[in-house]
Amino acid sequence: METTLAEEHVESHEPKTFLGRYVFARDHKIIGLQFIFSTLIWMSVGGLLALGIRWQLAWPWSNMPIFGDWFFAAEGGQITPEFYNVLFTMHATIMIFFVVIPILAGGFGNYLIPLMIGARDMAFPTLNMLSYWLLWPSFFCMFASLWTVGVGPSAGWTAYPPLSVLFGEGIGWWVLGLIFSGVASMLGAINYITTIIQMRAPGMTFMRMPMTIWGLFITSILQAFALPVLTAALFLLLSDRVAGTSFYLAEGLDLGESVRIEGGGEALLWQHLFWFYSHPAVYIMILPAMGMISDILSCFSRKPLFGYRPMVFSMMSIAGMGFIVWGHHMFVSGMNYYLSVTFLISTILIALPSGVKVFNWLATIWAGRLQLTASMLFALGFVSMFVIGGLSGVVMATPAVDIMVHDTYYIVAHFHYVLFGSSIFGVFAAIYFWFPKMFGRMMNESLGKIHFLISFVAVNLTFFPMHFLGARGFPRRYADPYQIEIFRDLLPINQLITYAAIAMAIGQVFFILNFLWSIRFGRRAETNPWRANSLEWATASPPPHGNFEFQPRIIRGPYDYGNPANELDYSPQYEMATLKKQDS
Amino acid sequence: MNRFWAILFFMVPVLAVGTFILAALDVGPMKGLWLPKNINTHGESIDSLWNLTHIIGAVILIGTGFALAIGVWSFGARSHDRFRYFSHNNRLEVLWSIIPAIVLVSLAFAQMPAWFENKQSHPMVTVNGQEVFKSPLARVVARRFGWEVYYPGPDGVLETADDLYFENELHVPFGEEVVLQLESRDVIHSFFIPSLRVKQDIVPGHVHNIWFHATEAQETSLVCAELCGWGHYTMHARVSIKERAAFDSWMSDQLTGDAN
Repeated sequence: METTLAEEHVESHEPKTFLGRYVFARDHKIIGLQFIFSTLIWMSVGGLLALGIRWQLAWPWSNMPIFGDWFFAAEGGQITPEFYNVLFTMHATIMIFFVVIPILAGGFGNYLIPLMIGARDMAFPTLNMLSYWLLWPSFFCMFASLWTVGVGPSAGWTAYPPLSVLFGEGIGWWVLGLIFSGVASMLGAINYITTIIQMRAPGMTFMRMPMTIWGLFITSILQAFALPVLTAALFLLLSDRVAGTSFYLAEGLDLGESVRIEGGGEALLWQHLFWFYSHPAVYIMILPAMGMISDILSCFSRKPLFGYRPMVFSMMSIAGMGFIVWGHHMFVSGMNYYLSVTFLISTILIALPSGVKVFNWLATIWAGRLQLTASMLFALGFVSMFVIGGLSGVVMATPAVDIMVHDTYYIVAHFHYVLFGSSIFGVFAAIYFWFPKMFGRMMNESLGKIHFLISFVAVNLTFFPMHFLGARGFPRRYADPYQIEIFRDLLPINQLITYAAIAMAIGQVFFILNFLWSIRFGRRAETNPWRANSLEWATASPPPHGNFEFQPRIIRGPYDYGNPANELDYSPQYEMATLKKQDS
Repeated sequence: MNRFWAILFFMVPVLAVGTFILAALDVGPMKGLWLPKNINTHGESIDSLWNLTHIIGAVILIGTGFALAIGVWSFGARSHDRFRYFSHNNRLEVLWSIIPAIVLVSLAFAQMPAWFENKQSHPMVTVNGQEVFKSPLARVVARRFGWEVYYPGPDGVLETADDLYFENELHVPFGEEVVLQLESRDVIHSFFIPSLRVKQDIVPGHVHNIWFHATEAQETSLVCAELCGWGHYTMHARVSIKERAAFDSWMSDQLTGDAN
């Protein structure tokens, strides 16, 4: 259904106070930026935790900079094994729930959806504000889990019971924090779905929507269906911890005389519920990035996106199949072995639409006129890294091979290629691309390219050697693997990885400086600096409150670049006449 | 600058596949960075699948990686003569859906026997003309942060009062099917011996049976592969794989030692 702006019920008055405008903002653009700034801060916290992990694996039990000084000054800066578990638990929690998911859906979703479909704002601006501010109780709970108990959650981000129920401090706070962030995501998802279905500008049919919007739309549907399951699972976990229920605890656990466990529960139940959310979450973390880099690749190749329809359908099938592959996390869990074969087939088949996307991206750049901007380089980097992450995924989808590499560094290599090499590279590509629209200024291209060069080399030096560690059976989540004879010779390769990780961190300094400097001092951006087709480039940079000072009308798809029938090498998807009206 | 970036993208498949080949051949700087030598007859199917999936992966990585690098090399912003305007090709889409589909589905079916062999076909023995499950050689009980290993005592039956108990020490014979019964006292642990290609999570409340058929003597390690708490990394045991005769004499030493 299509509506015109006049028919929409949106708040027409621009808020005048600082609080109304920037803090309790209901303008989707401000909320989007709030998400982006918050998540970028969390990203540096998560990155610091990762360096802590790497430090311990390269120089076990030596004095750890920063964390050692903060928490273990009395011990001379040497961390405890428990704290090592906190490091990787919180690294994953932060990167997944406070960085990748909120920056893609909350940040870019909020900023781009109304602008790209031609709406004045989101369907539910107040809900939208709540979805950002509900993250703060979640932040609070995470800090509480770290500081009230002095150690923090240490059961891994997967929090498998009985460990997460019976041991460890701060896990209750951690669970509460995840419930808040889940509710926040849910509010966002409902809002995005409604906005995309109801508020598209005249002429913006589903099959004219940019891939960015498709990615965010499908992601929101995934969120809406998968999140309730995680929320329920988390409440059961909380109840087991604080109310003495035994949803996840079997009878007969031997924890010494003082502890009585009623039992009757099942530890595998958590794994099924958890992965029923957390596997779709993998796609929640990649589909929006896939959408954004599709737009970026087409724009900077000055050529239509190859196979728009197959791209849309493959995204849908990734999302659909994403709901029936969770069991591949549980091949060696003791789950019914025949069930493993079912999950093997669905998992192997999900590689198919992912492969189709890669082929279409390659065909998009083929015979184009490539402009290798920083944004384009990160998008190309995404494709390059996604292939490696996808292929190692196929290796592990093989249950028999998974027996060997499950819970080793092979899986660590795999998901970092997908989550860092692809999702985060996609985020960087998107920031370099939409920064001019967001702040009305350009980022520095040379610094951007240095940032890409260091990140690209370092991401490979950090994560590629982990495949070999995994082949050797090197287990993840070990504070000191070198105690065991068969892993002792793997210390040098771990030190190499740590040096690469430090280089990667240094590379991000170029990004931070570029980002902050450009907000204030960057070259002024035109309305459409990349000569892109989609609708957000029709309005001013940055767009005014209400987004458009004219009624956008959509006349074609967003990918008609380089059409020889045209004088210009791009054909905006909106009616140019409306633009004229704005200028006059 | 196009060429510089093209070379950078070109290096990805070259170095990725190159290091994998060197590691598989066990040469140069990549020596010792491959699967540890397999000493379980059931592990052979795992290793061949590992090799097969990596070979297929290498072919795809080289194909797509080179296409990306060549694309960046050849199609610069000013390469107007090479520019072609096209937006789709349904025949191509069908082709690059069908061929990978055939490869992937064949791969899915090709690996089922290996899974069956390692996780579903419990070793059998014939007792009084009846095919029955081979009984476990030992019972391995995981707890934070150690492995309790129990062998049948003089009565020859597990889980009786005379069971022989060993702390973090597992002795098994090679040249035959060995079945182990796994249990956990507290949280989830995972029984992992890399050179035997055996990994099984041990869920409290469950009893898991695993089996392997070792082919040679080896001293190696049993490690825990599922996070079980602060001491997870300390949870390992000595594994001694020996000839049947050596195993029997070790066992009778233990039994007589126990009797005395």
